[in-house]
Amino acid sequence: MKIGTPKEVMKGEARVAMTPDSARQLQKLGYDCIIESGAGDAAGYSDDTYKDAGVEVVKTAAALWKAADVVAKVRPPTDAELKKSREGQLLISFFYPAQNEKLMQQAADQGTSVIAMDMVPRISRAQKMDALSSMANIAGYRAVIEAGNNFGRFFTGQITAAGKVPPAKVLVVGAGVAGLAAIGTSTSLGAITYAFDVRPEVAEQVESMGAEFVFLDFEEEQQDGAATGGYASVSSPEFAAAQLAKFRELAPDMDIVITTALIPNREAPELWTKDMVESMKPGSVIVDLAAEKGGNCKLTVMDEKIVTDNGVTIIGYTDFPSRMATQSSNLYATNIRHMMTDLTPEKDGQVVHNMEDDVIRGATIAHEKAVTFPPPPPKVQAIAAKPKEKAKELTPEEKREQEVAAFKAQTKQQVTLLAIGAALVLGVGLVAPASFMQHFIVFVLSVFIGFQVIWNVAHSLHTPLMAVTNAISSIVILGALIQIGSSSLLITLLAALGIFMASINIFGGFLVTRRMLAMFQKS
Amino acid sequence: MEFGFTIAAYAVAAVLFILSLGGLSGQESAKRAVWYGIVGMAIAVVATLMGPGQGLFVASLVLIALGAGVGYQLATRVQMTQMPELVAIMHSLVGLAAVFVGFNADIMINNISDIYEANNLVLGAVAEDGYTAIGLPKEVYDGLSSFGKLIAKKTSVEINILKVELVLGIWIGAVTFTGSVIAYGKLAGKVDTSAKKLPGGHLLNAGAAILSLLLAIMYLGGAGSWTLVLLTLLALFIGYHLIMGIGGADMPVVVSMLNSYSGWAAAAIGFSLGNDLLIVVGALVGSSGAILSYIMCKAMNRSFISVILGGFGGPAGEQMAVEGEQVAIDADGVANALDEADSIIIIPGYGMAVAQAQQNVAELTRRLRAKGKEVRFAIHPVAGRLPGHMNVLLAEAKVPYDIVLEMDEINDDFPDTDIAIVIGSNDIVNPAAQDDPNSPIAGMPVLECWKAKQVFVSKRGQGTGYSGIENPLFFKDNTRMFYGDAKKSLEDLLTRIT
Repeated sequence: MKIGTPKEVMKGEARVAMTPDSARQLQKLGYDCIIESGAGDAAGYSDDTYKDAGVEVVKTAAALWKAADVVAKVRPPTDAELKKSREGQLLISFFYPAQNEKLMQQAADQGTSVIAMDMVPRISRAQKMDALSSMANIAGYRAVIEAGNNFGRFFTGQITAAGKVPPAKVLVVGAGVAGLAAIGTSTSLGAITYAFDVRPEVAEQVESMGAEFVFLDFEEEQQDGAATGGYASVSSPEFAAAQLAKFRELAPDMDIVITTALIPNREAPELWTKDMVESMKPGSVIVDLAAEKGGNCKLTVMDEKIVTDNGVTIIGYTDFPSRMATQSSNLYATNIRHMMTDLTPEKDGQVVHNMEDDVIRGATIAHEKAVTFPPPPPKVQAIAAKPKEKAKELTPEEKREQEVAAFKAQTKQQVTLLAIGAALVLGVGLVAPASFMQHFIVFVLSVFIGFQVIWNVAHSLHTPLMAVTNAISSIVILGALIQIGSSSLLITLLAALGIFMASINIFGGFLVTRRMLAMFQKS
Repeated sequence: MEFGFTIAAYAVAAVLFILSLGGLSGQESAKRAVWYGIVGMAIAVVATLMGPGQGLFVASLVLIALGAGVGYQLATRVQMTQMPELVAIMHSLVGLAAVFVGFNADIMINNISDIYEANNLVLGAVAEDGYTAIGLPKEVYDGLSSFGKLIAKKTSVEINILKVELVLGIWIGAVTFTGSVIAYGKLAGKVDTSAKKLPGGHLLNAGAAILSLLLAIMYLGGAGSWTLVLLTLLALFIGYHLIMGIGGADMPVVVSMLNSYSGWAAAAIGFSLGNDLLIVVGALVGSSGAILSYIMCKAMNRSFISVILGGFGGPAGEQMAVEGEQVAIDADGVANALDEADSIIIIPGYGMAVAQAQQNVAELTRRLRAKGKEVRFAIHPVAGRLPGHMNVLLAEAKVPYDIVLEMDEINDDFPDTDIAIVIGSNDIVNPAAQDDPNSPIAGMPVLECWKAKQVFVSKRGQGTGYSGIENPLFFKDNTRMFYGDAKKSLEDLLTRIT
């Protein structure tokens, strides 16, 4: 089958869904690759490099749509593009099906199968084709670079002969993939970085990237992000108020604010209000990565850079990945290639559209003339394990109470055990004669000592312990030694055997133990 | 020498034995502790040999010397990897010795009883005051051995208790004997390691146990020695069948359980011989084995009963299907990754013991440590086939014990670790224990090695572990399979790491 990639028609889109590298890999899967002439120009890949990789270059988009069985693209198809596709053709691209329902219906009607790269489920297995993440990673990086481009100072603090430079303070709102990438870039440039997210469990990730997590003084059970596929969900009004109050407090101090807060299939929440912008210092920069969905800051103008009256620059670009077209094309093409690997289990160049597969099912929005969106929840539960329940700080009284309770429980348990044990021993004493009880005392005490002593034995010494106990359990040799002197031949014989065997055990057991223990040494 | 002196010697020996077990709390003190045990045993044996009533002094010494020779050969020849087998087979000797001593006691009772009859008296009869046992005429009594004298003095109640004790001793000893032999066979690979049961399963065991009880009651009722022989045969069968029904992965529990049994058998014999030292030591060994079994069971999250009754239970429901594929890697890849890593955790398992790869693992550790990398070992409580098996193997290969850590000590460190290397372990690193409630090992604590940035699994092939279940670890994105015999793979690896 043929995989084709047309030139992106959207203005300003520089990415391309196939690179020479990915084409080579796709050919290994058994596919033939074709590309529209000039498709890779903006991303730094000329037609010649494609030809070298064995890709057929066709002149027009129409010819490409006609020839290809699978079309891989970046942006959602336009009406005109979709019309070029035909029944049975597979289209792989970003699609945003929730916003493009008409387009999706059209695709289904004309029989085009569509795999939406933005619908790939967020499970570990599908990470390799998670294009949203790879694009978000680039967006996060680029956001910091754009901010730096528009910011008049260093990121890092310096003390030079020419004066002191304070370090820049950066606040990243929303610690998803883009947020974390922004945090990483910003800290590595030397800025003091703060980060906030409604999901408290990401605090650890934020701190691992070198930023400081901004905690709210807010008591509420937050929904576990893992349950919603790792995305944030809508928060309560009280929480939103507390969060805004915190931002208001931080705003005057921040030099750069990068907002990345998005909730799936919703308008971006307003997190950076007008008054916060007004309270910022002149020269500060806001980069709003949510601009496409209305922006986390309402002053943001989509696809533009504006400067407010008080000198704050607000960047509302939506094409960050496209601004680094070579890098993002590389990553996106690899995502596509992984998707194709999953679609080609036999590596024979034939697409097997397995609707039982969680990942393929989840990403497919139109198949066999039917709309298949939204997908059923994936069978495999998503990502990160539950965050550990943080032990609540106990007040001294509570602690005391717990200790008392534990002590009581322990006492109760011990007394019960003692009572049962004592009753059993007494019961034996009722029937058994005194001569037996004398030995019985020894027995009970020895068991007791055994229990006390063995709990302290180091785990690593369990094998030597077995060998030693094995050796000393051959103490039965004493019994045989006493009996061997008997007048009965049978007794003497059995006892002799007993002595022999027990003696093997004594010497063997102790020697082996010595050998083992001699080997343990410190570094 | 007087009997009093022997008892004093026993007291000293008992204290030494307790110290010897207590000293095992640390590696350094353990080296001293084992000497306590040896001295204690020497004192006990010498005191008994010198003590009253010991006949055939020279013969005993010769027998001990013979045993010593065999024991020495065994102990010096055994490979550290064969330690589980050795311990198991030695348990069987204790069990058998206990059976013999028990039978002797029975024969002695019969003999004394005959002597009584010859003198027109009844063994164990009580005089008219209801308290004093009627003894034998002095000249006959003096002709008895010390054990004979002991029995001759007993009342009928005491004789009965004696019989209960020796029945217990024989029964436990016999179960220990066949059980240990089978455990040895399984560990040495001479008997199929999978859980096997004769038709009838648990019922057969229960039936045999009930029959033994009946026979014991008959024996106590005076039915004669044939009941004892039959009872022994039944116990031998139970030991065989019980251990045959337990799978290879449960072997650590089995071995420590048999250890415990051999102790209880010794204690029971001690009762019947009226020997306090036997009782003390038997009880010490018995409780030690019991605690060890408990610790092992806890480490596998299984109830003791279910282990003893044998095998992993069937899965409770449909197990999660494992998705993805196992990705292989070659020695070059592993060497490169190790070169870049800073912290490494090695997880050895039974496979390392089988392949005798511990020396190579140790060499790898030395080289990596020489490069300034942090190398540690994570030991699961049930890794290997004997409690603490891995520790001993690593110690043999001169891996310093302070970098060998227990599961609880190291489990939280995996997320900060660059590379986890799994060498020949499977079930103890199976994430299904945590993720899949239907897995047969659900709830068993496991080493969370998959949280490391990268996991290498050295494994012979794509087979499953002892429990026979699929391991999703091998299919994880950060896992690479390093196929091949552990020893050979590591040799390959060593040529690439200098």
